[in-house]
Amino acid sequence: MLSNTEVKLEVTSLKKIFDRKIIFKDVDFTLNTLDSLAITGKNGSGKSTLIKILANVFTQTTGQVSLSINGKKIEKQYFYKYIGFVSPYLNLYDEFSGYENLKIIAGIRGLPDNNIEPVLKRIGLWERRNDMLKIYSSGMKQRLKIAFSIIHEPQILLFDEPTSNLDAEGVQLVDSIAEEYKNRCILIIATNDEHERSLCAKEINLNNYKKDGTK
Amino acid sequence: MWKQALAICKKDFRSEIRTRYSINGLIMFIIVTISIIKFSLGEEKLSNELHAGLLWIIIFFSNSSGLSRVFVAEEDRGTSFVLKLTASPKSVFLGKLIFNTTLSFVINLFVVLLFLVTMDVKIASFGPFMLIIVLGNFGLSSVMTIIAALISKSNSKGSLYPVLSFPLLLPLLLSTINGTWLSFEGSGITELLSEVQIIVSYTIVIITASFLLFDIIWNE
Ligand SMILES: Nc1ncnc2c1ncn2[C@@H]1O[C@H](COP(=O)(O)OP(=O)(O)O)[C@@H](O)[C@H]1O
Ligand SMILES: [Mg+2]
Repeated sequence: MLSNTEVKLEVTSLKKIFDRKIIFKDVDFTLNTLDSLAITGKNGSGKSTLIKILANVFTQTTGQVSLSINGKKIEKQYFYKYIGFVSPYLNLYDEFSGYENLKIIAGIRGLPDNNIEPVLKRIGLWERRNDMLKIYSSGMKQRLKIAFSIIHEPQILLFDEPTSNLDAEGVQLVDSIAEEYKNRCILIIATNDEHERSLCAKEINLNNYKKDGTK
Repeated sequence: MWKQALAICKKDFRSEIRTRYSINGLIMFIIVTISIIKFSLGEEKLSNELHAGLLWIIIFFSNSSGLSRVFVAEEDRGTSFVLKLTASPKSVFLGKLIFNTTLSFVINLFVVLLFLVTMDVKIASFGPFMLIIVLGNFGLSSVMTIIAALISKSNSKGSLYPVLSFPLLLPLLLSTINGTWLSFEGSGITELLSEVQIIVSYTIVIITASFLLFDIIWNE
């Protein structure tokens, strides 16, 4: 069903200003199903800011982000249905176990519970599913965030530094998920890591979107 | 929207049961406040009007400390992205509103019970008294929920809360205090009608404005 969904993400003249400082401007790109994009640039260049705006958890100063599924334009308030997002700025609930976290999230999304077990098994946390998140290691938390981002099988998968804190096996896991999503919908990774960048076919370097005329 | 809101609300209740973030502090606050008032009064008799005012002061401050946390807790712990990525803003606000209203209900019930037991006050018309308490409860929690959303985005979180909520709540509090006083004095529903009308319309206006405002502040 997912493979024949037409997804289109269109970004036009996007600009973000923090405290009168231009983080980036004139960002334009269009991605369609099966596209994958790496957002690169030096530390502080705005990679995380851009990907948060794409995930609609943050607002741009000017410009547009529009999403359409099978030619139908999606309202901003419903972007969440189609987007999966892993970010260092995202935390799940410490006072609940891994399983409970996913159950709560499935509940809010209105999904049945039967996807939780396969997802937890896939990300390698099934054995530790009943431990509270506050005793999870940072790598385990990162894995659970990945589970959170794919439990609803999104049309656009957004990764901000997905392999941070992960062991070799975790990196492989990210690779396999990235591979799956770029062969099915849209994948975007914000990263400085050579390996993470190599997972994507296209690249946008935010160092080039700072001042007038440099674009 | 309702299903999502209820799921969010349920999550908050389970979280509260696990962490006891608000409830322990609240119970202490209420007991301490009422004891201090009781001891400082000694044998002195207060008028019904003062009793009504006192009751709503206690309700106001207990609710301020209890209801202000709903959004700050998510923002501080970095979990607000979870809500942003799984639900529409309207569902989030509705969920938090239901949670706060229920919490406020529990707080007020506790305050009123303790107040009636410790203070020397007779309620001449009990039905109208409960009506004012319940309606005031809705008004209070709706104002406090939208202010909680506003302050979670500011840098000086805690201190802004009473500063913002007091002027906004003043019209509501004046009506509830007056209504409570009248019910102590034995007035029936008909005499309370104008107060009830004010409280209900006030609450409707606040909730409508909140939904519009919340869309803007949530993704900022
Ligand atoms: N909430 C904020 N307020 C002010 N400035 C911010 C905020 N968030 C990020 N910035 C600034 O925006 C710039 C880009 O940050 P970020 O997107 O995190 O960079 P990257 O992910 O590329 O390292 C940085 O200079 C950072 O200081
Ligand atoms: Mg970053």
